[in-house]
Amino acid sequence: MDLEPKIRIENTSIRYSDGVESLRGVTLDLYARQINVLFGPAGGGKSTLLRAINRLNDLVDVEERSGCILLDGQDIYAPDVDVIALRRRVGIVFARPVPLPMTIRQNLHYGPQLAGVRDRRRLDELAEHSLRQAALWEEVQDRLDEPAAALSGGQQQRLCLARTLTLEPEVILLDEPTSGLDPISTSKVEATLQELKRQYTVVIVPHSVQQAARVSDWAAFFLQGELIEHGPGSSIFTNPQDQRTEDYITGRFG
Amino acid sequence: MSRQVSQRIAFILISLAAAMVVVPILLIVAIIVVQGIGAISWEFVSGFPRDGMKAGGILPAIVGTVLLTLGTAVIAVPLGVGAAIYLAEYAQANALTRAIRVAIINLAGIPSVVYGLFGLGLFVLFLNFGTSILAGSLTLGIMTLPIIISTAEEALRAVPQSFRVVSTSLGATRWQTIRRVVLPQALPGILTGVILGLERAAGETAPILFTVAAFFLPRLPSSIFDQTMALPYHLFVISTQVPGMPIRIQYGTALVLLVFVLSMNLIATLIRSHYRKRRQW
Repeated sequence: MDLEPKIRIENTSIRYSDGVESLRGVTLDLYARQINVLFGPAGGGKSTLLRAINRLNDLVDVEERSGCILLDGQDIYAPDVDVIALRRRVGIVFARPVPLPMTIRQNLHYGPQLAGVRDRRRLDELAEHSLRQAALWEEVQDRLDEPAAALSGGQQQRLCLARTLTLEPEVILLDEPTSGLDPISTSKVEATLQELKRQYTVVIVPHSVQQAARVSDWAAFFLQGELIEHGPGSSIFTNPQDQRTEDYITGRFG
Repeated sequence: MSRQVSQRIAFILISLAAAMVVVPILLIVAIIVVQGIGAISWEFVSGFPRDGMKAGGILPAIVGTVLLTLGTAVIAVPLGVGAAIYLAEYAQANALTRAIRVAIINLAGIPSVVYGLFGLGLFVLFLNFGTSILAGSLTLGIMTLPIIISTAEEALRAVPQSFRVVSTSLGATRWQTIRRVVLPQALPGILTGVILGLERAAGETAPILFTVAAFFLPRLPSSIFDQTMALPYHLFVISTQVPGMPIRIQYGTALVLLVFVLSMNLIATLIRSHYRKRRQW
């Protein structure tokens, strides 16, 4: 298996001004065409790290940040980096589906339009392709001009995934994407991830240890802002090296 | 006294207090309608005043108030909505922002007659606009700003933060997010605030007293540098300055002003309820 580190996180620390959640000296490689899982108890810094990778943290009060994050070898916090272009390369799906207050079609056109795609047919192609990738096309193809808010929760989450895919990103970040979904919708999303990893770098914060074990190619265990253990999912979940990882996996805490 | 009895008494008192709100508005409307309806005729709303304003119509005052309301909108809406967008979407928690907020609170607290004097000093005399629609609109516009800014800011803040995060994550700049997601969602609330602000401006007398209002001007203004009659000031004039004024005309004028202002109020309410039904969050 040829492993290509897509994202290198080097000695990264992040502290918010309210001091709630932080990362301490995390060094970690995330691999292309793999499902990279970041797991651990709440408040461990997983979401913070996720939002640092596409610089969504810029929107909130970050008091202090050190170390660097490299995407294809380039520091994404370097002063000459085009943040907008970065966010188009690194898409994100959130825990709670947030359809923009528009129709399904407009939700899917939004990103590409901002990126300068004007041709209507091209926009519709992108929308259809993304909906198929997110396993939603069959369900919504006849109702694209209805408000996105009219979809069910599971459909909304797959719409949000499709919306992220319309930008044809290289990396997809998923922050507990199935936390509000029923088991059927969850398995649909998980199956979709297996498809997506052929093409994309997938980084996911799962909503349970079980899901972490199910989907991971590589897994990183976070505890209170520190990276405790990182390795292939097959070995972490069967034969963890650190006692704390084992305690968490076996349900002794968290 | 048992708990049930005191509960009962408290309920009655509170209900009475709430009901008392309805009484004055009903009385005001009823008295003005009953006393004024006899004066309303086609000639009254489309004609010019005659016989020392004791007969004829009030067209110049109606036109003047419409023009002043539009002028106020032209000045206060872009400034007010712009300031609200800055405060809600861009402003950092720093000294400048605090200064702006203190300024808005104080603008809202200044008595309207002081606005009138300020307008006289700055626009009429210093900038040499003369007693004119321009000077009056500027004065009313500044007076209206705090209402528009605070309601618009509130409407912008009510738009869920998650929309901004999602839009940003899809490659939108801050301004694109505002223009394409936040503003459309906040628009009904902004519009309601704008109309309420303009309604206040339309009914004010003191700010236009020294800046634009004409005692008697039997023709329509032809440019923004003209004086004009206006309904609130005209009402003041015919109620206090002209002896032997038929009471019918006074109440008729009040009725026209009331209908003008209350219909703006009605429009604002309709807009609000229409969009509230369609809102998706």
